[in-house]
Amino acid sequence: MDTELGWWGVLIAVIGGAVRVSSPYLFVALGETLTERAGRVNLGLEGTLVLGAMTAFATSYLTGSPWLGVLAAGGAGTLLGTLHALICNLPRVNDIAVGIALFIFGTGLAFYLGKDFVVPRADMLPGLPLGDWSDIPAVQSALEISPLFLLGVELAFFLQWAIYNTRWGLVLRMAGENAEAGRALGLSVPLIRLSATAAGGFLSGIGGAFLSLYYPGNWNEGLSSGQGLMAVALVIFARWNPVRCFWASLLFGGATALGPAVQTVGIASGYYLFNAAPYVMTLILLIWASSPREALVGAPREVSISR
Amino acid sequence: MSPSDADRASRQAMSPAGPNYAVLLGGPAREGVEAVTLSILALLGAFALFAVFVAVQGHDPVAVYRVLWLGAFGTSFSIENTLTLAAPIILTALCTLIPARIGLLVIGGEGALIMGGLGAVLAGMAITGLPGHLGILWCTLMGAVFGGAWVAMAGALKHWRGVNETIATLLLNYIAIALMFHLVTGPLRDLDVAIKAQSYAIPQAYAMGDLPGWSVHWGLVYGVVVIAGVHVFLRHTVTGFSMSVLGGNRRAAQMAGLNIGGLTLLAPGRGGAAGGLAGAIVVVAVHRAASESLVVGFGYTGILVAFLARQNPLAVVIVALVIGGIAASGGLLQRRFGMPDAATDLLLGMIFLAVLASNALAGRLFPAR
Repeated sequence: MDTELGWWGVLIAVIGGAVRVSSPYLFVALGETLTERAGRVNLGLEGTLVLGAMTAFATSYLTGSPWLGVLAAGGAGTLLGTLHALICNLPRVNDIAVGIALFIFGTGLAFYLGKDFVVPRADMLPGLPLGDWSDIPAVQSALEISPLFLLGVELAFFLQWAIYNTRWGLVLRMAGENAEAGRALGLSVPLIRLSATAAGGFLSGIGGAFLSLYYPGNWNEGLSSGQGLMAVALVIFARWNPVRCFWASLLFGGATALGPAVQTVGIASGYYLFNAAPYVMTLILLIWASSPREALVGAPREVSISR
Repeated sequence: MSPSDADRASRQAMSPAGPNYAVLLGGPAREGVEAVTLSILALLGAFALFAVFVAVQGHDPVAVYRVLWLGAFGTSFSIENTLTLAAPIILTALCTLIPARIGLLVIGGEGALIMGGLGAVLAGMAITGLPGHLGILWCTLMGAVFGGAWVAMAGALKHWRGVNETIATLLLNYIAIALMFHLVTGPLRDLDVAIKAQSYAIPQAYAMGDLPGWSVHWGLVYGVVVIAGVHVFLRHTVTGFSMSVLGGNRRAAQMAGLNIGGLTLLAPGRGGAAGGLAGAIVVVAVHRAASESLVVGFGYTGILVAFLARQNPLAVVIVALVIGGIAASGGLLQRRFGMPDAATDLLLGMIFLAVLASNALAGRLFPAR
């Protein structure tokens, strides 16, 4: 980083970092939005994210095709999502507890199967150099954007439209708002929730692929630092709205990029505190978005997390 | 929870037999037997699943389980190892179990343990001249206070702002880890220790010794005594009863004029105190300082133990031995079969999923006529 940019450098790094770091948040948040819109909470998306990252990296390493890795990550996520939904479809099962179990199971499986892939290098996803017009390296690196990010942005707007303007979106919302009404119409609520949770797992898996194949772009056991978990809180902050999920993930991405960015201007002390910024921010946003008296604004009524 | 579930739950909660102990506590003998049967079935199911998994990975499942037994309970060395691991797990399980009595799903055991460890270190640094036993008592007490205050924050946020306690405690775990790393790499760092970043040590006199004739530290006794205390507290005190009323039916608790705010604050607080005690014990008995060695996942294992014990404090002791045994055998599995150390985590995850799925059979194994 150019030292003469000084604090401007920090700003550029935070903005660039926000774009770069936000993708996993965005994909997990969109996946969780789908799941919660159908009336379930999947707290295990952190495990899905890690398993997706491992699967993507291993697939890319073994086949040489990073895009195949992205698909495989989505597939692994779909499997975990389906597992969550199938267990939750049983009677007397608490979906939040299943999420915690899946968190432990998913990370355990990823670390077990991924042990052999810690050392090798795999083929990475390419970036789109949108900053070539500038000759400042900081700006160039800030504007090198992953195609997955653009895909995520488009997906956010598409989901926003689909949830409110298609029959499919209406069915999804009905399962989340009033399962009885869905049943009265002859819809299978468990099936709707299964599809939504599986789709949510698919998206979270892709978020994991971004971690291992683009940024930071490697596979190790410390790859994810709770992004999958924070994304669940992010959905509450975004009030279950896909486009707001996009803005919120940029905000979270910026908070995550703050620690490394501040370090570049020579502030080394408090490194760990800056790294805690996203968690503290999540907590503050949760406190701000919650209310002691009523259910959260915009929350699907069947979702247990909002009551 | 669908309206019909809520309806059924409230009907059960208000039935003449009192709050719905069957789900949380075992309750009458039939439900107790059923709970034990379900947990054993879930364990066996998860073991079968893991056997298939290791077989697919090219290991002989029978040999794997033989080594697992050897590493958990097979030799006096492994039994001591298991008992040593069980002590903190018993206490972190209480961090989930006690708030579960009022219907909160708290998963902040990891954060409570770390804050408790920090509290013990700070206490040991602040007052150095005490005689050994008093010093240990002082450090563990401060550990419990730190852990309790940490998790009570989630209770306060729940009561005053309606913040979801599960997410809040999970975030507090990450914040506690960051805070600990900040302190042991910065203000509290002992620069005489070059190998790794760790805090100043507590005085040698405050180190917790081993049980006579065993190489198992006194922390196990702490764990068992606290479990007995929690059992008596939950079953035989007014506050304990108030907690089950609140957990069974919030409206009934309001109608009875219970202090809901106090209970919502203190149930996670007590759980956190148990978790903090776990951290303090790990510090005074093992490390004598705070470092990354505190972050080994005892908190998350505790959640599993609480669920496998179906939130029954007495069952926690037995379950913690089983789960501690599995955790203790990880190293041996790694050496004998070249398995990744995540093998035991994977098995624990499978057990957790199986336990939750087994809830579907509750009330069906031995149906009442």
